[in-house]
Amino acid sequence: MSDLMTPPPSLGCRTSPVLKQRGQREVFCGLTGIIWLHRKIQDAFFLVVGSRTCAHLLQSAAGVMIFAEPRFGTAILEESDLAGLNDAHAELDRTVAELLARRPDIRQLFLVGSCPSEVIKLDLNRAAERLTQEFAPKVRVLEYSGSGIETTFTQGEDACLASMVPVLPSTDARELMVVGALPDVVEDQMLGLLSDLGIDPVTVLPARNIASEMGVGPNTVFALTQPFLGDTHAALERRGARHIAAPFPFGEEGTTAWLAAIATEFGVSKDLFERVTEAPRARARKAIAQANAPLNDKSVFFFPDSQLEIPLARFLTRECGMTALEVGSPYIHDALHGPDLDLLPAGPQIAEGQDVDLQLDRCRAARPDLTVCGLGLANPLEAEGLSTKWAIELVFTPVHFYEQAGDLASLFARPLRRKSILGVAAE
Amino acid sequence: MKLTVWTYEGPPHVGAMRVATGMKGLHYVLHAPQGDTYADLLFTMIERRDHRPPVTYTTFQARDLGSDTAGLFKAACQDAVDRFQPEAIIVGASCTAELIQDDPGGLAETMGLGIPVIALELPSYQRKENFGADETFFQIVRHLAKPMEKTTRITCNLLGPTALGFRHRDDIQEITNLLYELGVEVNVTAPMTATPSDIAKVGQAHFNVLLYPETGEQAARYCEKHFDQPYTKTVPIGAGATHDFIAEIRALTGSTTKLDTDRLRQTWWSRSVDSTYLTGKRVFIFGDGTHVKAAARIARDELGFEVAGIGCYNREMARDVRATAKEYGLEALITDDYLEVERTIEALQPEMILGTQMERHIGKRLGIPCAVISAPVHVQDFPARYSPQMGFEGANVIFDTWIHPLVMGLEEHLLHMFRDDFEFNDEAGASHHGGHAPKPVADTPPAVIADAQDNVIWLSDAEKELRKIPFFVRGKARRNTETYAAEKGLGEISIDTLYEAKAHYAR
Repeated sequence: MSDLMTPPPSLGCRTSPVLKQRGQREVFCGLTGIIWLHRKIQDAFFLVVGSRTCAHLLQSAAGVMIFAEPRFGTAILEESDLAGLNDAHAELDRTVAELLARRPDIRQLFLVGSCPSEVIKLDLNRAAERLTQEFAPKVRVLEYSGSGIETTFTQGEDACLASMVPVLPSTDARELMVVGALPDVVEDQMLGLLSDLGIDPVTVLPARNIASEMGVGPNTVFALTQPFLGDTHAALERRGARHIAAPFPFGEEGTTAWLAAIATEFGVSKDLFERVTEAPRARARKAIAQANAPLNDKSVFFFPDSQLEIPLARFLTRECGMTALEVGSPYIHDALHGPDLDLLPAGPQIAEGQDVDLQLDRCRAARPDLTVCGLGLANPLEAEGLSTKWAIELVFTPVHFYEQAGDLASLFARPLRRKSILGVAAE
Repeated sequence: MKLTVWTYEGPPHVGAMRVATGMKGLHYVLHAPQGDTYADLLFTMIERRDHRPPVTYTTFQARDLGSDTAGLFKAACQDAVDRFQPEAIIVGASCTAELIQDDPGGLAETMGLGIPVIALELPSYQRKENFGADETFFQIVRHLAKPMEKTTRITCNLLGPTALGFRHRDDIQEITNLLYELGVEVNVTAPMTATPSDIAKVGQAHFNVLLYPETGEQAARYCEKHFDQPYTKTVPIGAGATHDFIAEIRALTGSTTKLDTDRLRQTWWSRSVDSTYLTGKRVFIFGDGTHVKAAARIARDELGFEVAGIGCYNREMARDVRATAKEYGLEALITDDYLEVERTIEALQPEMILGTQMERHIGKRLGIPCAVISAPVHVQDFPARYSPQMGFEGANVIFDTWIHPLVMGLEEHLLHMFRDDFEFNDEAGASHHGGHAPKPVADTPPAVIADAQDNVIWLSDAEKELRKIPFFVRGKARRNTETYAAEKGLGEISIDTLYEAKAHYAR
C-alpha cells in the first residue's frame, strides 16, 4: 500500500543522539488541556483542586472569558484547607455538592490534581471513589493530575484519557478504538474514511458524552491520533488492547500512512484503500501545494511544547520542503514517535526536555527562518528579527487528516508570508 | 476552599512579576514548578512586550521533591545572576514552593552573590496580585532606598505604575508633563522604568505622587516616615480630580504657575447639547478600588449619569469604596466572585456598565453596553495610541471611551422618530457598531421570562408596543412595567399598564 508514497529517507532520526538538558522549562502544565477537553466531552465538568495560580493559568491560557460559563472551575485551596487533610476532604465534598446542584447537566466530573494538591498529598483518588458512590448513578467522578510537577501541557489530556480507561466496560469484540481528542468536524471526517474502508465498529476515546457505548479488551486494537498519549497507551495495553503503530495523521503522507496501518490490520484490500483515499489524497496534496511555497527551502526550529513537534517536523520536511534544524519535544516515546522519527531525515538536533536559556542561545545562533515556540517566547524572538509560529495554535486548531493538511501548511506559512508583505522593516 | 470560575486577580507572585517586569536591571528568581511560566505570556502577549519578563523559574518536578529542591533553587539563582547580571535580585516562592518551605530568601542571602538580595514573603493562600505588587515594591524600596539630601529644585517621585497596569504607560507621561508645567520635576518613576540604582535615589525627592494606591501605598507610607516625604492623596483621574490634584501639588510646592487648560475638552463636550442624552443614565461601576472611586465621581459630577451600583474586587480598598458608596446612597458590592457581580448587574439592569473585561462579557451576555475602566487587563487595554486615564487628556479619553458603547445623542432622537423605518430602526443598533450591536437578551423569549419570573402575563398588544421602544431602554421598560404590575397586583400587562408604568417612573 505504500507504492504511492515518498520513500523513507535512507537514514531517519530514530537512532539520532538525543540532547537532554535540564533547566527552566518554558511550557504549560497539564491543566491547560482542560481548555479543549471541556469542549470535547460535553457532559463533563473539570474541577481543578488547586491554587489561585491554577485558576489564573486557565483563564490566561484560554484568553480571558471566552465562554460565559465554562464547564471548568477551580476549587481554590485556602489557608484553612492546608491545616488538615480531613477538613480539606470535607470542603471538597461541599464544593462538589454545590457545583453539581448548580449544574444538573453534568454527568461526569473530573477532579483534577494540581501542584499544591499533590504536594499536600490530598488523595483525590479516595475523594473520587467517595463522591462516585454519593452521586451514582447520575454522575461519575474520576480524577487525574494535571500538575506541573508531573505533567507538561498536553500530558494533561493523556492523564485524563488514561483515567477513563480503567472504568471502560470489558469486551471481547474485535473493535478499533481511536484515541485522542479531535474537533468534532475532524473526528467525523476520520470516521467517514474508516467507514468507507469497511472498518466497523469504531469507537472514539474520549467519547462526546458518557452515554456512548464503548468497551475494551484483548481483541481491541487502538490507534492514536495524538502523539502525547503515552500513559493512555500503557493503560490500554494493561487492559489487553494492542496498539497499531503508525506515523501521526498530519499532512497527506501522515494521514495515508496512519490509515494504511489500520487498513493492513483489518485486511482492507489495496484496491479499496486506493479508491477511498485517492480523491482526498489529491485534494490534500493540492491544498498543501497552494500553501507551502513560502516554506520551501526554509529552515525551522522547534522549541518543546506539545509533543506534536516530531510529527510536525516530519510533515514540514517531507511535504513542505523545509529543513529542520532542531526538533525539541518535552518527552519522546519510541513506541509513539518512532514511526515519525523513521521518516524524518537525519540532520536536525533532536532534543528532549529543556533549558530554555541554552536553547535560546542555540536558536539565536542558528537563525532559523521559522521558530515554533510558546507564547512567552514568540514576541521577544520576533523583536530579535526571527519569524515565529505560536505552538499553541497547533493544538487548538483543526490540523489532522486530509482536509486540514492545507490549513496546517498555511499555519506555518502565514508568519513568513506576513513578513514578506509588511513593508516597514525593523530598524 | 472557594469555587472559582474566573478571577479578577492573579496570585501574589504575579504582582511581584509586574514590579520586576516594569523595572530594569532587576531579576526575579522564582521557586516554582513548570507551568508557572504561563505568566510570561501575560506580558509578552497581553502587553505585547518585546522582551521576556526578567524571571527565572526553578522548574522543580515531582521527582525533585524528595531530594534537593533547595540545591535546584541555588543553581537557578547562580545561573540567573551570571547570565543576566542584574543590579539586584528579588527571590520568592510561588504557591507550590511555599508549601515545600525551602526558604528561597535565606538560601540566596548565604550565596555571596555580591548584589542586593531582596527576599519576598508573599502568602499565596491568603493574598492576591495587587498585594504582591504592593509588598514587592515596598520591600525593594525598603532594601535599596536610603535617606539622602533633597534636590535643590523641587522634585517628586511617581509611585505605583507597574507592568501590565491599566494604562500606566500613558498615565506616567501625562502626569510627568503636568508636573513639569507646574514647575515640578520627576526624580524617579517607580517601579515602572526604574532601575535598582534609581530606587536608591528615591529619598532625594521632596514629596511623592502616589498614582496607584493598589501597588504603591506601602512604599509611599514608608517614604513618608523615613524620608520625610509627604504623598498626594488625590488620584488625578477625571477633570475634577485633576484640578484637586493640581491644588494638592500647589499646596505641597507653593507653585503658582498658571496652567493652560485648553486641552481639557471633556468639560465642554459634556456640556454640549448632544450630551443631553447622557443625563440620568443608570450606570453600574465595578473594578479596582482606585478606578471605581474615580469613575463614580466622573459619572455623576462630570457626565451627569446616575450611579446605580458600585463595587470593587480588591478587599484592600473595601473601606474606601464603602465610604464612596455611602456618599452616593448605595451599598458597595465587595466581592471577587464574578457570578455575584453578574447577578447584581442582572438585578439592577443598568443602562451601562463601567467595569473590567469581566463585566464587558457580562454586558455582552445581558445586552448592556460596557466601557472598561480598570484591570484585569486584556490585549485591548494596551492600545497603540496615547491613551492615558489621568490628567486632562485622561479626562478626554474617558469621555470618548465611555460614550462609545452608547447610541449617540442625535442618533437616539432619530431612532425615536424613525423607529419603524425598515433600515434605520432600533434593531440595527448604534450605527458606529456595525453588526456588533448588543443583542437585547430580554427579548428572548419574552413571554416565557415574564411568566416564569413574575407570574405576570404580557398581553400581545402590550408586547408589540414594548417592541416599539428602542432596544437600549426596552429592558428597563419591561422591568419597570413588571415591577409596577406586581406592585399593583395585576396579573396581566396591557398597553395601558405599560404607559401607566411609564408615567409612574417618569423622571
